[in-house]
Formats: sequence, C-alpha cells, structure tokens
Amino acid sequence: MSRFEYAPAPESRAIVDIKSSYGLFVNGQFVDATDGKPFKTVSPASEEVLAEVSEAGPADVDKAVRAARKAFDKVWGPMSGKDRAKYLFRIARLIQERARELAVLESLDNGKPIRESRDVDIPLVAAHFFYYAGWADKLEYAGVGDDPRPWGVAGQVIPWNFPMLMLAWKIAPALAAGNTVVLKPAETTPLTALAFAEICQQADLPPGVVNIVTGAGRTGQALVEHPDVDKVAFTGSTEVGRAIAKSVAGTHKAVTLELGGKAANIVFEDAPIDQTIEGIVNGIFFNQGHVCCAGSRLLVQESVYDEVLARLKRRMGTLRVGDPLDKNTDIGAINSSAQLAKIRELSQIGEDEGAERWSPECELPAEGYWFPPTVFTGVSQAHRIAREEIFGPVLSVLTFRTPAEAVEKANNTPFGLSAGIWTEKGSRILWMANQLRAGVVWANTFNRFDPTSPFGGYKESGYGREGGRHGLEAYLAH
Amino acid sequence: MTTLDSGVDSLADVTSSEDRLRRFLLGLPGVDQVGAEARAATLSTRSIKTTAKQYALDLAIRMIDLTTLEGQDTPGKVRALCAKAKRPDPADPSTPQVAAVCVYPDLVATAKRELDGSGINVASVATAFPSGRSSLAIKVQDTKDAVAAGADEVDMVIDRGAFLSGRYGLVFDEIAAIREAAGDAHLKVILETGELVTYDNVRRASWLAMLAGADFIKTSTGKVSPAATLPVTLVMLEAVRDYHEATGLHIGVKPAGGIRTAKDAIKYLVTVNETAGPDWLDPELFRFGASSLLNDLLMQRTKLATGHYPGPDYFTLD
Repeated sequence: MSRFEYAPAPESRAIVDIKSSYGLFVNGQFVDATDGKPFKTVSPASEEVLAEVSEAGPADVDKAVRAARKAFDKVWGPMSGKDRAKYLFRIARLIQERARELAVLESLDNGKPIRESRDVDIPLVAAHFFYYAGWADKLEYAGVGDDPRPWGVAGQVIPWNFPMLMLAWKIAPALAAGNTVVLKPAETTPLTALAFAEICQQADLPPGVVNIVTGAGRTGQALVEHPDVDKVAFTGSTEVGRAIAKSVAGTHKAVTLELGGKAANIVFEDAPIDQTIEGIVNGIFFNQGHVCCAGSRLLVQESVYDEVLARLKRRMGTLRVGDPLDKNTDIGAINSSAQLAKIRELSQIGEDEGAERWSPECELPAEGYWFPPTVFTGVSQAHRIAREEIFGPVLSVLTFRTPAEAVEKANNTPFGLSAGIWTEKGSRILWMANQLRAGVVWANTFNRFDPTSPFGGYKESGYGREGGRHGLEAYLAH
Repeated sequence: MTTLDSGVDSLADVTSSEDRLRRFLLGLPGVDQVGAEARAATLSTRSIKTTAKQYALDLAIRMIDLTTLEGQDTPGKVRALCAKAKRPDPADPSTPQVAAVCVYPDLVATAKRELDGSGINVASVATAFPSGRSSLAIKVQDTKDAVAAGADEVDMVIDRGAFLSGRYGLVFDEIAAIREAAGDAHLKVILETGELVTYDNVRRASWLAMLAGADFIKTSTGKVSPAATLPVTLVMLEAVRDYHEATGLHIGVKPAGGIRTAKDAIKYLVTVNETAGPDWLDPELFRFGASSLLNDLLMQRTKLATGHYPGPDYFTLD
C-alpha cells in the first residue's frame, strides 16, 4: 500500500438486540395495536428490513391519551418536582449507560454516520435529560411566573432526522414541567423511541407518564386532534405544521411548531478562512443535510468568492460517503427513497434553471439511498434551490457585496430558523445578529446545540422555543 | 488578501521591506481558536485499523527524528541512540529505520561516524538552542560548526522575543542568515509555538519561516510546555498547504515534544492526510521529533504481527 487508505472500521451491530416486531408503548406496557396495519422500518443504507412496527389507529391513540391523562391526574401531576427530577436523572443515566447501543440503533434506522450519532446525538440526548432534571424542582424560578403549572397531556410528533434527539427535546422539558406525554416518532425511524420506551420501564417510570405510538401521518393527526390533548408540539415540515395550526385553532390546546428552514451562512472577506470552510461543510453536510437549521444558502462576499469556492471544493473532496456504521464515514445514507427522490428532483430543477452543479468524485454504494455532497454555484435569489428547503446534502452559493446586502438577502426568505456569520470583526457579528430574522444566529460556528440554549424560528419556521428556560415555558401554563 | 492568488513574484515582493512583510503577515486570514480545536478533535476520532494501521505504524517509524537533547548527553549515549536508529527492533529485521538522529552540535561528529553508510541523516539543533538568546554571529557560527561536523539537517530556533514584539524583519533576516550558513543542509525552523500562544501567531510565524527559506517548520524545542499539539500542527499544515498552492513548493512539518504513543502519532498522520494531503505522508515532508514514541510504535507493531503485547523489556532502552 503506497497510500494511507483507511481500512473499514465498522461498529459492531451485535450490541443491539432488534426484535422482529414491536407493539405500541401504552401505560407502561408494550401492547398490540387494535386498528392499524403493521409496517416495516428499513435501514436506508442497505434497504434491509430491520423490524415490523405497529401502526396506531385512532382507538390506540385514544388509549394512549387516556393513559397519559390518568397518569397526569393520579401520579405525575401531584408528584413533587424533586421526585420527578429523580426519574429524569435516572433516565439520563440509563441513556449514558446504553449510549453505544442507542448510537448504533440510530445509525441503522436513520442512516446517519455513527460518528455523529455517537459523538453528537446521544450525548446531547443525555445532556437534555440531565439539564431538565435540574429544572424539575425549580419551576418557579424559571422566570415564567410564581406558580407555573403543567398543561396536562402533551401530544408530540417528531421527525426522522434526529429521532432520539428530537424525542429528548420534547419529552425532557414536558416531564420536568409535570406533563405526561404521548409521542409519535416518524414512521421511518421509530426504533430508538421504542428503545426509549424500554428505558422508561427500566427506570420504573410510573405507567402512562410516557406513551409511544408509532405510525405515519394518520396516527399523528389522530394524536394532534385528540380532544383530551392539552398541548401539541410538532417538529417537521412547514406544510404539516400549517395543517396542525389549523386543526388546533379555536381549541384550548397550546401549540409549538418547529418547521423548515433555509438558513443563510454568511461569509465575510475577513473570515477565519479554514474554520469557515469547516463551518460551511458542517452547516450543510452534517447529517446529510437533513437538518432544519442547515446552512443551505451560502452567502459569500464577492471579494473572497473564488478562494472560498476553491477551498470548499477541495475540502468536499475529502468527505467520506458510505456505510453509516463505519467510524470513518462523514456522510451517510439519505433517510428514505421518498426523500432521495425529492433531493434529486430539486437538484434537477437547479440545473434546469441554469445553476452550475458540482460534486466531488465519490463512489456511492449500490444498495440503499445515497446522494453525493453537492454544491450549486451561480445561484440567485430567484432560483427555486435558493428558496425551497431541499433537506439534503445540497448547498446553494450566492454572493453579496456589503453587510447591508448580506442582511437583505439573508432575510429574503419565507423561513427564519437559523443563520451563520463568519467574520473576525466582533462589532459586525453583533450588528448582524440584531438584523437577522432568525431564531438562532451562530458566529464563527454552525450547527452547535446545547440544552441550555433556546431554539426555534421566525415566520414559516414556526413558533415557540425548545431548549433552555424558554423550552420549559412551552410546557407551562402561567 | 488571498493566499491562493499570490504567485511567486508577489511573495518575493512582500519580503522586500519590513513594512510590506509586516502588512502581509498581519493580513493573513485569522484562525478561530474554537474552530481549529474542534476540527483537530474531529480528525482524532478517525478509526485506523488493520492494513491502514500497519501502514501508519511503519510510516511513523520512518518519520521519526530520534532525539536526545540533554545537558548530560555523552558520546556513549549518542552511539547507543544511533544503533537503535539503525535497528529499532533487533527481534524483527523487517522494521524500518528512522529518518534521522537529532543531537546537539558538539555530538554531530559522533553521530555521523555511527550512522555512516546507513542512509540515516544527522540533525543538529544549532542557533543557541533552545532559547536562541545570543547574537546572530554566534548562531551563524553554531550552525557552521554543526554543518562542518557533518550535520545533514539543521534545526534552528526563531527569536521569539523579536517575533512577539513585532520585529518580523529581524526574525526574517535571522532565518535567512542561518539558511545561508547551513548551506546544503536541510533547514528546520522551530517556532516554539508554546511561547507564541495564539494560533494567529503560529500561522504568521509559519509563513514568515517559509518566506525566509525554511525547508521544514517545526513546532517546538521540547523544552517548553505545551510542546506539539494537534491543533497547532493542523494550523501549520494548513500553512504549508497554502504556501504550496501559492508557490508550488513543498515545505515539511515537524511536530516535536510530547508525542509518546502510537495512537497519538496516528492522529497526526490522519491530520496530515486530510489537511495537507497524502503528498505530505513522507519522511521528506513530515517528521516526528520524539524519543519515547519509537518504543510504543514497535510494541503496537509487534502486537499487530503476533496478536499480543510484549512487555516493555522486550524493547531496547535506546
């Protein structure tokens, strides 16, 4: 061997025990669904069927909500915050103990590289439970009034891009605030939520406090529309978010929505160049671009455009695409064939509208759903690829000349979830952060998450905040 | 300012006056500390196994500058080190030789005799190592002595005091003078990054050394803590990569001090591979300044070959 070619270093699957079929988790037990057809969940990297999962129909959802109501009235609601905290700490520790298993399971079911599930997702999941466990007995100090009270039963619907992390974002603050939950994971990635159900059993969490109903849109709709749900939390597409907003309008339900994005990642000529390139890569290729706050619109100051592009392309050439369980993989599989079709379609539209498409040479595996890291240059605000969320490893590059123009272009979008600024000038960072209509503005970094930091959007990116004290507020009536 | 656009001519321009040099160095893009350290941390999670590990271990051995730089060094100690350099693992003749043996100038002749015909270079730390605090005349003489005694490579230290007080021209002139005094010997310029502290300084000092004629840029003397770190080496690798883009020249990088385990060495090789590129995975362009690293590499090598770890007594002290 004359060159340093990394040998495959796959993580063993043996640590995970995947059952051939799963029921629903209702009232502390796994139960059979009564009125839905079972469906299969596959590994997007190989199309191998991993397990059969139950579809919850309206009757099943009703049972789960009733179990949650009962647990709220009899056990969880009356329990002291200190005692709730004990359960949450226990769950957090169990997640840490089973971290490797959960990471492998997440990578198998979702297609994301083990490097990310192991080093980012699961540690953040545990961190969220630890963080909100700390709040459970201090709710009156959260700054939302003297006597904050839980809403009751929370109906939560989460997406497939960060299955376990989104579960933590939803369940940890809800339980800390004293609510009970019925959660529906995405139909393509239900397995870690079901593993979490086992963790709830292991932690001796009182029955009914957490209920997991699997299924697709129909199940989610039944949950959101259930009359005995007090609080709805949804993360997913803007289109579904709109439908949910309509369905809860005029009811007593509280609602938070965390929807799509088309974030501007803004690079000034004085940016720390090498870290900026890493930030651009991390902004759009992290989790195959399946990130609602992904930095999918790169705005580069014209004076450094050539240099940034040359360096970006060189760096993209070193990205390793392939087996998500290989520890040296940077970019894993696209989550589903439907998502792959959408990415392909929008990329084709980009080409048809005259933008220039580039990908590094890379061999994609024959089985499974794959899309190479891709950059479009010559993009203008009028292109569809600059306006619509692609939700894949596809970056659109635009240019600007002055800070004011950067702000104008960055804000010229129906979305407003996140933005990034790259400059060595501190005063400009502060000025920009005030101008940008985005829920999160990162400076000289991108896609960093922390349980203490609120997250959420402007405009079509939704409303409400998750994380931090603000995330608690969403689960408290005050 | 764009490092990619600058051709050889414009780089010659920037060294034409102290003022231009200063403006050029201060105009280099900044290094974000958090980002650089995060990148280095990501690179160190690469998993290198089986054939890749075998390759990496042998390559790391071939890249070692086996070093002794103690006040108590004697010809006897240097002879022992040279014997080890030639046959690192007496039990396994397939083990490659190291790249060089690095000693103080007064021991160069001894090392040269011992290594005669082996193909292993003798490197010498000249220029009032490790502080560098003496007159230029003495540093030049120190260098000439080392080269006259047979040194193939000269490791010089920069004047950190001059650098930190912004006298870049002085540092430049000194490196250029040593470059000339060293003649055909390879010049490695030690930045002593632990004393430069910031990554911005590391990047500037790297460029300064390259512009002044360094063949290699080296992190540390090993006498100051922190010595070599992965993020510092990453920043230096970025600098040689950019310099290559601008001039077509290949400059080497040598982290020195504190790299003791095969696992650490492999992290450095991964960083080389993914930053400067595979061209730099060559003893001509990347070296480890180390003394204790070698035995751990030998131990891991034996483990790969036999399936078990031999005890430390199965390897020679030096």
